[in-house]
Amino acid sequence: MRSSMSWSDLMEQEEFKVLTKDINIEGYAGIDVYFYSGGYRALRKALREMTPDGIIEEVKKSNLRGLGGAGFPTGVKWTFLPKETDKAKYLAVNVDEGEPGTFKDRYLLLNSPHLFLEGIIITCFALDIHTAYIYVRGEYVKPTQFLEKAIEEAYKEGILGKNIYGKGFDLDMILYKGAGAYICGEETAMLESLEGKKGWPRLKPPFPALKGLFDCPTLVNNVETLCFIPTIINMGGEQFANMGKGTSGGTRLFSLSGHVKRPGLYELPLGIPLRTIIYEYGGGIKNDYQLKAIIPGGSSSPVLSADEVDVNMDFDSIARIGSMLGSGAVIVMDEYTCMVEALLILIRFYAHESCGQCSPCREGCGWLEKILTRIVKGEGREQDADNLLRIADNIMGNTICPLGDAAALPVKSFVTKFRHEFEYYIREKRCKIENRHPLILL
Amino acid sequence: MHTLTIDGKEIRVKENTTILEAAKQAGIEIPHYCYHPGLSIAGNCRICLVEIEGVPKLQISCYTLVSDGIKVHTQSERVRKARQAVLEFLLINHPLDCPVCDQAGECYLQIYYMKYGQYNSAFLEDKVKKHKAIPIGPTIMLDSERCILCGRCVRFCDEISKTSELGIFNRGDRSEIFLSPGQELNNRYSGNVADICPVGALTDRDFRFKCRVWYLKETPSICPGCSMGCNISIHYNLDRAYKASGKRVMRLKPRFNEEVNKWWLCDEGRYGYKFIDENRIERPYIQKQGAREPISWDDIMMEAAKILKSYSPESIGVIASPQCTNEDNFVLKRLFSEYLGISKIDYRVPSKLAQSGDDFLIRADKNPNSTGCKELGLLPSIAGLNVENMLKEVEEKKIRVLYLINHDLVKHMGKEAVNRALDSLDFLIVQGSNVNETTEFADLLLPAATYAEKNGTFINESKRVQKINRAFEPLGESLPDWKIFLKLAEEMGIALEYRNEEEIFADIAKEFELFEGLSYSFVGDEGVNLI
Repeated sequence: MRSSMSWSDLMEQEEFKVLTKDINIEGYAGIDVYFYSGGYRALRKALREMTPDGIIEEVKKSNLRGLGGAGFPTGVKWTFLPKETDKAKYLAVNVDEGEPGTFKDRYLLLNSPHLFLEGIIITCFALDIHTAYIYVRGEYVKPTQFLEKAIEEAYKEGILGKNIYGKGFDLDMILYKGAGAYICGEETAMLESLEGKKGWPRLKPPFPALKGLFDCPTLVNNVETLCFIPTIINMGGEQFANMGKGTSGGTRLFSLSGHVKRPGLYELPLGIPLRTIIYEYGGGIKNDYQLKAIIPGGSSSPVLSADEVDVNMDFDSIARIGSMLGSGAVIVMDEYTCMVEALLILIRFYAHESCGQCSPCREGCGWLEKILTRIVKGEGREQDADNLLRIADNIMGNTICPLGDAAALPVKSFVTKFRHEFEYYIREKRCKIENRHPLILL
Repeated sequence: MHTLTIDGKEIRVKENTTILEAAKQAGIEIPHYCYHPGLSIAGNCRICLVEIEGVPKLQISCYTLVSDGIKVHTQSERVRKARQAVLEFLLINHPLDCPVCDQAGECYLQIYYMKYGQYNSAFLEDKVKKHKAIPIGPTIMLDSERCILCGRCVRFCDEISKTSELGIFNRGDRSEIFLSPGQELNNRYSGNVADICPVGALTDRDFRFKCRVWYLKETPSICPGCSMGCNISIHYNLDRAYKASGKRVMRLKPRFNEEVNKWWLCDEGRYGYKFIDENRIERPYIQKQGAREPISWDDIMMEAAKILKSYSPESIGVIASPQCTNEDNFVLKRLFSEYLGISKIDYRVPSKLAQSGDDFLIRADKNPNSTGCKELGLLPSIAGLNVENMLKEVEEKKIRVLYLINHDLVKHMGKEAVNRALDSLDFLIVQGSNVNETTEFADLLLPAATYAEKNGTFINESKRVQKINRAFEPLGESLPDWKIFLKLAEEMGIALEYRNEEEIFADIAKEFELFEGLSYSFVGDEGVNLI
C-alpha cells in the first residue's frame, strides 16, 4: 500500500494516525468519552479472547520498539521476564520524560491517560503482573493530576483493582512522583528512586527483568510504548508492523522543535524521511533560512549536518549514519545557530544532571562544561578542540550508565562535524557567524 | 572451577570469583579505589577496567565474574589508556596539597599516579571548591576536596558498623561525602573509615600530623583491649621521638585476619595504645616509712625474695594477669605454684565497671588472654578461693602477702573495699607497667613491660592462639613479666631458666596437651585455633 504512495500523499491521510486519531475528541481524557470512542475495547478483547502468550506473540509480531530512547524490541523485552518465579513481578512505567527536546509522554498523559492505563493493564495481564508502579517526573504536576484522576475513574469502573472485567485478573496501580532528576529516567536509577533511595544507576547485570524493583523481576517500559499496546491488540501485530519500516514497527510521536515554522508533536510512521518531517510537517525552516544541523532523537543523539537530512527516521537507518532515533525529539537548527554555544547549552545540562556516581561522567561532564564556557568567554586555547574530543572519548563506554555516553556523543559529533566553527571561536575569540542567535543561558 | 587467562597466564579459580580477585590470586594487581573486599561492590571509580577478548566495552574487574575460557588483559594499551583517563578525571578537581596532606606516602592517588599518571596536566580550569578540614566526629577529619567519592566509608557505615551516618550528597562534580542531617560520625568502629579511605579525604584526628608515614615502622601484634584478639600492627617511630615528646607508638592499624577481625578494629582498641608511652612505671620502687624511693633491680629482688621466703605458702596470695602472655603466666605458675608451693592463685578480678560487648568485635571481657590463664590453670587449687575470697582472707589476716600483677584493683573493685583489705596486709608487691590507684598501695613496685615490648602469645575467646611481637625495647628499666619472675627465682636460688619466650612456649607445648605440636613458627602471624 505504502509503496504506491508518496510521503506527501501520506501526509494528507489520517489513516496511519493510530495513537492520536481520537485525541482531539472533546473530553477524551475522561473515562466516559474514552469509552464512547471505543476505549478499553482492546482490554476486553485481550481478557476475553486472548491468552497471555497470544498477546506477547502479537506484540512481538508488531515490531514495536521501546520509545523511551533505547529502541529495544518490546516483545523481546517482555519475554525476558521469568514466567515461573516465586517472587512478585512488577511493571515500572517510566514517565520521567527528561530528554531535552522531548514532550510526547506529557502530551499523552494530558490527552489520553486512559489509553495509557489500557496499555498498562493489557501488558500486566500478558505478563502476570499484579502491581504497576508509575514513576512520574516531578515537574509534571498537571499530567500527574490527570493521571490521578484517570486512575481513580478506572478503579471506580472496576477496570483496576480486583477481578477486572470478571476475568479473575487483579491489578493495582501506584503513582510515584520523582523529585526532578534527569538521571531517574535511566531505568535502574528510577528503580532506586522508587525504592526511596538516591537515584543512582545500578551495575548491570542483573537486569531489571530478573532483579528489578525490590529485587523482584520488573518490566520497565515507556509511556508511549505502552500506549501502543491497545492499538496492536485491536489491529493485530502484523498490520502494525507494516505501518513502519523494517524492524521498526508502526508509528511514533516525533517532538519537532527548533527553527521550524510549525513545531509540535507529529505522529508519523517510522521510516519517514527526516526531510519530510522538517519541510512538510514542520513547514520548513523559520524565515526560510538555511538548515544547518538537526539533533534527530533527543539531546543525547549525535547531531546531523544539513546534508544528512535525507535519512529515513527508523531505528536502523539512522543508526547506519551514526546517530540514534532516541526519544524521537527532532531539534532543528538554522544557519544562524552557533554550534559552539549550542553545545555549551547541551553540556551544561549534562554536567548539571550527571549523578556523580562514577568518575568519568562526574568529573568529565564538569570539565567539558568548563572548557566550553571558557571558549565562549573568549578565552579559548588552541588545544581545546582536541581536548574536548579526548575527554569525550575517555568518558565514552567507561561509565555505569548511558548518561556518560549521552554527554560524550554530542561533543564528538559537534566538534567533528563543525570543527571549523570551534577553531574559529577559539582563534578569534568570537563566533564565526554574523547575526547569530543570541546565547541565552538560564 | 573456571579456567581463564589473564595477561597470558592460565589460572584456575572458583566459580563466582571476580576478575580482580582472580588476578590477585595469580599475583597480578589491578588498581582499584572503590572496591574493598570487605564491602559490597560499588563499581563507581572505574579504574579497574580490563579488556576481555570478544567483549566490545572494557569491563570493571571488581564486578565482572570470571567465566570459562575468557582471555583478560590488564596491561593492554587500551586498558592503560582507560586507567590513565580515570586517574586524570579523579585528579582534575583534586587539590595539589600532597605536601601538607597527612595521607601522603600511603595515598593511592599518589601510588597509581606513579604508574599511570599523565604527568602533563591538560586541566586549565578552576577546581571545584568543597568543604575542607571538617571534624565529622571525635575521630575523623573530612576534606571533601580530596575525596574521590569511592563511597567506601559510606558503605562501611551502612554495612559494617550498621550506623549509616554518612552519605553522598549533591550531584555531578559538586557531589560530596557528608553526615546525614543531625548525625555525627561517632560509632564504636569509626576509625576504620580512615583506614579504608584510599586518599586523604578522611584522616584520623588522633594520628594527623603526628608523623609522616614513611618514618613509621610496623610490628604485627594482637590488640590487648578485649578477648576478641583482633590482629593489629603497631606503627611506631623511634628516630624522631623529639617530634612526639618521646612517644614511640604513633598509631595502631588493624591487620587482616579472615578468622578474627577481617579488616577491622574497634575504636576502643585502636586508640587504646596510649598507656604504652604514658604514665609508665619506669624503674623499681620501694615504700619506706610512707615515702616511695627508687631502688635497683638487684635490691628490690633481694627485698622481694626475703618477704616471700619469710612467709608460709598459705599466707601468700598471687593475683595473676589475663593481660600477660601465656609465657609470662607459665613462668609465674612454675615459680609460685611448682617451686614455692603457693596454691592461692587466681587471675579473675571481678569488675564493678559496666563493660559492654557487641556481636561484632567488641567483647565485655577486656583482657586478651583470659582463655590462656584458664588453660594454663592459673586458678586456686582450693575450691572457692577466688580473688574476692582472697581479699577476705587478707582482711582475716590469713593472707599476709599479696603479689599483684598488672591489675588495678581500685578501679575494678572500688577504693573502699580495696583499702579495707590492703590495710591488713603485711606486704603488697605490685608488678605492672603503669601507675594507677592500686600501685599507690605497693610496698614493692616492679616495673613490667607492655605487650608492645615483648614477645609471647595470647589465646582469644574462641581458643585461637596468636602471637605478639616486640616492637621495641621495654621503657626505662622495665622488664617483661617472665623475666621478672626469672630474676626472682634466681634470687631465691631456684633453678628456673629460659633464654627467650620461644623456649618457654616450647615448654608449654610439652606440658599441655592442648598446645601439643605448636611452635612460634607454626603459630605464625595469623595464629592457630586450639581444638
